Amino acid sequence: MPKHETPLLDQLESGPWPSFVDDLKRQAESRHQKQNEIEYQIPVDVVDDLLGLLELSYKEGEVHWKHGGIVGVFGYGGGVIGRYCDQPKEFPGVAHFHTIRVNQPAAKYYKTDFLRQLCDLWDFRGSGLTNMHGSTGDIVLLGTRTEQLEEIFYELTHNMNNDLGGSGSNLRTPEACLGESRCQYACYDSQELCYQLTMEYQDELHRPAFPYKFKFKFDACPNGCVAAIARADLSFIGTWRDDIRIDQEAVAAYVGGELKPNAGAHAGKDWGPFDINKEVIDLCPTECMSMENGKLVINNRECTRCMHCINTMPRALRIGNDRGLSILCGAKAPILDGAQMSSLLVPFVKVEEPYDEIKEVIENIWDWWMEEGKNRERLGETMKRQGFQKLLEVTGIKAMPQHVQEPRHNPYIFWKEEEVPGGFDRDIKDYRLRHPK
Amino acid sequence: MGGALEKTGGEMEKEAAKQEILNFLESKSGSKTKFYFNDFTKLFPDMKARDVKKALSELVQEEKMMYWSSGSTTLYGLKGSGKKEED
Repeated sequence: MPKHETPLLDQLESGPWPSFVDDLKRQAESRHQKQNEIEYQIPVDVVDDLLGLLELSYKEGEVHWKHGGIVGVFGYGGGVIGRYCDQPKEFPGVAHFHTIRVNQPAAKYYKTDFLRQLCDLWDFRGSGLTNMHGSTGDIVLLGTRTEQLEEIFYELTHNMNNDLGGSGSNLRTPEACLGESRCQYACYDSQELCYQLTMEYQDELHRPAFPYKFKFKFDACPNGCVAAIARADLSFIGTWRDDIRIDQEAVAAYVGGELKPNAGAHAGKDWGPFDINKEVIDLCPTECMSMENGKLVINNRECTRCMHCINTMPRALRIGNDRGLSILCGAKAPILDGAQMSSLLVPFVKVEEPYDEIKEVIENIWDWWMEEGKNRERLGETMKRQGFQKLLEVTGIKAMPQHVQEPRHNPYIFWKEEEVPGGFDRDIKDYRLRHPK
Repeated sequence: MGGALEKTGGEMEKEAAKQEILNFLESKSGSKTKFYFNDFTKLFPDMKARDVKKALSELVQEEKMMYWSSGSTTLYGLKGSGKKEED
């Protein structure tokens, strides 16, 4: 017998898709069943009350959460998002319902015993509800009380070798793709760089001093499995600067049908015989490919690393050998000014320990944004407000063709008065002497 | 931390900054209890933002100040000041 009647939520279970209501009800029941086994540190009916509160919100069309306040454990300025219910008498189980962000392991590789430990901890000291994973990649533990926070933190750090993630005006939990651990396209070790920068910037991650959130994401190749270009204030995207390696025999095998395109990924339907012109060459966005005397030719100078040809014929085409990454900046979601993708700042940098060149770019950008960024302004908005040229100035990077999408399309370079001989107040009469009307 | 005599110039500057931050917060306590980070950097135009952050972090460690966060944005205030959500 449920604690609260929830007709509106029950309706959500009737659709064709898996419902979070099903999951919540199952967890509510499980907590009651296990109450003799586990010495729950927060109310046994936390999930029942969560369902009841949500039903009330659906009924009234109004939210009953207050948020903000608690930010973390002692000395941390992030990692915990305070949630309080404004109906604590009716729903005491969710009077406090704080969210804890836990830094996920790089590329989300887990040992099952870690997951067991985590779930045991969360059943014991929290609601047992998790979000694996939040949008930024963290392990999200949903719902606990204030007095449990330090206990959970101690257990996570001392016995599970883990840490809280970022929230608030912090560096957010950095995120990396699988990279070299599994992927032949990886141009650098994204997990290693993610880990090293996480360790380097612990202070920025845990003690807020930015105008707003700041995200790092690491994609080891331009396929962008963690979508760094769309989501991160600083996107680190693997690339190469020599030529795509071509195995002409394998190209012929694709053309002859011996090898399946896209490694057989679209084999569920008969698409007809593979047509290299239609499926690869004509789709190249820079038209830099052609077949000459039965051999595939690539004009690598024009290649923009779209990855389509490599993805389609992975046995025949491989990333170059001179590998590194590009740094792009300014992506954000559409709160102000609409969504923005990252803009290319550093076309190529080698990824070599101790990563000083990369750190220099990061710290120059932070110094500028911390100084000039308005409250609640993302880096992308500061860039838009002050101009890409300013970003080049503060990072000490010279303007180069790679910064320009196409001529006359996005001109962002403006002359400064001191760069113009005679300044902006030149005598028009003098000019007209040489240039009559 | 050592006594005042053992402190370096940088530390003395930080101690003075910490006191100035506390004075600023107390002077505002009647009207406002939570502040953005850059409200503090404005107090010290000649100091680097990172040094201001160090002073603020120490005040938090000493339990004189506290963080407040909405989840997306973080503010700073004197410990115990302002209305608390759990009240």
